[in-house]
Amino acid sequence: MSKVRTSSGGIAGMPSAVLQIPILAVLIGSWYGLTETNVLPKFFFGEPFKVFGVIWAWFLSGEIFPHLGVTLLETVLAFLFGSGLGLAVGLWLALSPTASRLADPYIKAANAMPRVVLAPIFAVWFGLGVWSKVALGVTLVFFIVFFNVYQGIREVSPVLLANARVLGANAAQLLRTVYLPSATSWVFSSLHTSVGMAFVGAVVGEYLGSSRGVGYLILQAEGVFDINTVFAGMLVLTAFALVLDQVVAIVEKRLLVWRPTHGETEKM
Amino acid sequence: MAMTQTISPARSAPAAEAAVPALDLDNVTCTFRTPGAKASYTAVKEATLRIADGEFVSVVGPTGCGKSTLLNVSAGLLQPSSGTVRVYGEELVGMNRKAGYMFQAESLMPWRSALDNVVVGLEYQGVPRAEAEARGQDWLKRVGLGAHGHRYPHQMSGGMRKRAALAQTLIMNPRIILMDEPFSALDIQTRQLMENELLDIWSADRKSVLFITHDLEEAIALSDRVVVLSAGPGTHPIGEFVIDLPRPRDVSEIRLTPQFVQLHDQIWHTMKEEVLKGYVQSQNK
Ligand SMILES: Nc1ncnc2c1ncn2[C@@H]1O[C@H](COP(=O)(O)OP(=O)(O)OP(=O)(O)O)[C@@H](O)[C@H]1O
Ligand SMILES: [Mg+2]
Repeated sequence: MSKVRTSSGGIAGMPSAVLQIPILAVLIGSWYGLTETNVLPKFFFGEPFKVFGVIWAWFLSGEIFPHLGVTLLETVLAFLFGSGLGLAVGLWLALSPTASRLADPYIKAANAMPRVVLAPIFAVWFGLGVWSKVALGVTLVFFIVFFNVYQGIREVSPVLLANARVLGANAAQLLRTVYLPSATSWVFSSLHTSVGMAFVGAVVGEYLGSSRGVGYLILQAEGVFDINTVFAGMLVLTAFALVLDQVVAIVEKRLLVWRPTHGETEKM
Repeated sequence: MAMTQTISPARSAPAAEAAVPALDLDNVTCTFRTPGAKASYTAVKEATLRIADGEFVSVVGPTGCGKSTLLNVSAGLLQPSSGTVRVYGEELVGMNRKAGYMFQAESLMPWRSALDNVVVGLEYQGVPRAEAEARGQDWLKRVGLGAHGHRYPHQMSGGMRKRAALAQTLIMNPRIILMDEPFSALDIQTRQLMENELLDIWSADRKSVLFITHDLEEAIALSDRVVVLSAGPGTHPIGEFVIDLPRPRDVSEIRLTPQFVQLHDQIWHTMKEEVLKGYVQSQNK
């Protein structure tokens, strides 16, 4: 993770970028060199310039945008439903010891199951459209959020609860002003992982059977052994994931202003 | 010496001429059963403590003796193992709705700004936002945080957080105020300012205060009565002293009067032994 805190001057951020860009250049350069000299067979490893050509053509013709749009939609829906469900069930089980005792083995079993095997079932249940991918993403996101919320609620400071009760909070107000804010703060702390998982769910779902989406493009290209398009799809997905992560970081920063961060002094 | 060994329970006589006490802990025992530990621990044993309406009572005692436990019982947060709690003559069931409680530990919500923390009790009562904010701002000013309402707890110093907590408690205008070492995190100057402010608020409409402190000088300077607790386990009051220093008081000046010094010596004499006992006990635990 390159979580280097760039100071307002940007000078502290410079050295890492200065080092990182040559690494990328060397990687692509050696890819080019090795395939051009046929040390690595082009058929299996593709050719960087053709890969970039495919990407260029996708964006120039606008062909890629509907696919990206579908993948984004699936990711967002999977994230929203998954976190909503995880938050609700996490709150419920954390606040009700009996329910939690009964549900415990099932939650553990469901979490231990490799969720990818559900993809064919979801395809049968929800068809090859958006919803089967959303369902797969939800099963991935749900557990991350659920465990975070459950743990978070269990660890709410007893003094905060006592204080709210002394100030006259009833059960609903306690939920709204103490449990929910501390639970959502745990949802946000798992935001990067859960958005990433929603994305994985969308792409894997598409890859296993779909008619649209970036995963579908990769699947298609693979079917005709068009390795350059497969690589192009992978690169687009990677770039897309990075953008998504940045957006999440911005949202997180805005929503968690109350969180202490280390060393908040301003540079002169 | 003007002290009474173990407050004699002057019960049965139906509260002769005195009005009903604001808070009446009668023969309260609190036994904690810690999971895992073999034996249970009786923190408070047969403690009787009465706060008259409008009285300012301080409780001092060695660390770990059960002071916070007594306050939790008074607030209705903790059910005593035996004994009864009465609030203005009525037996306490559930939360004590007449009491405000300022906790020893941090109690501000980290996700709310100082102002939002101060008004949270009003919010629970359904007071309209604009009015709540106006009152909250007013209280922030009174505790010297007028310009800091937008700050989150992690952006405030320990002392600022304590003052915000004080405003949060007092804005509810409780008839009984329970305070657990509220000023121990403050520097001596701010502390005396806050003590004077508290005395002002208290004398304005004579609330009943149960004030817990480590600091005997603070206890004497503020109170009408100082209660000394024995060391745990089985803590109970072992002495009480009426503080008949004239009011209004200025906490920084009153410490210098000979009367104050004399009271201090007298109470310290009772306390000293318990503090040593408490220290030894806390080491052996
Ligand atoms: N929930 C609990 N379970 C078990 N033991 C407890 C519990 N709460 C308090 N105790 C014990 O009861 C005793 C009194 O605790 P309490 O917090 O009332 O002390 P205190 O007088 O407020 O101490 P301090 O001055 O250090 O704040 C301590 O020995 C503590 O270990
Ligand atoms: Mg305490």
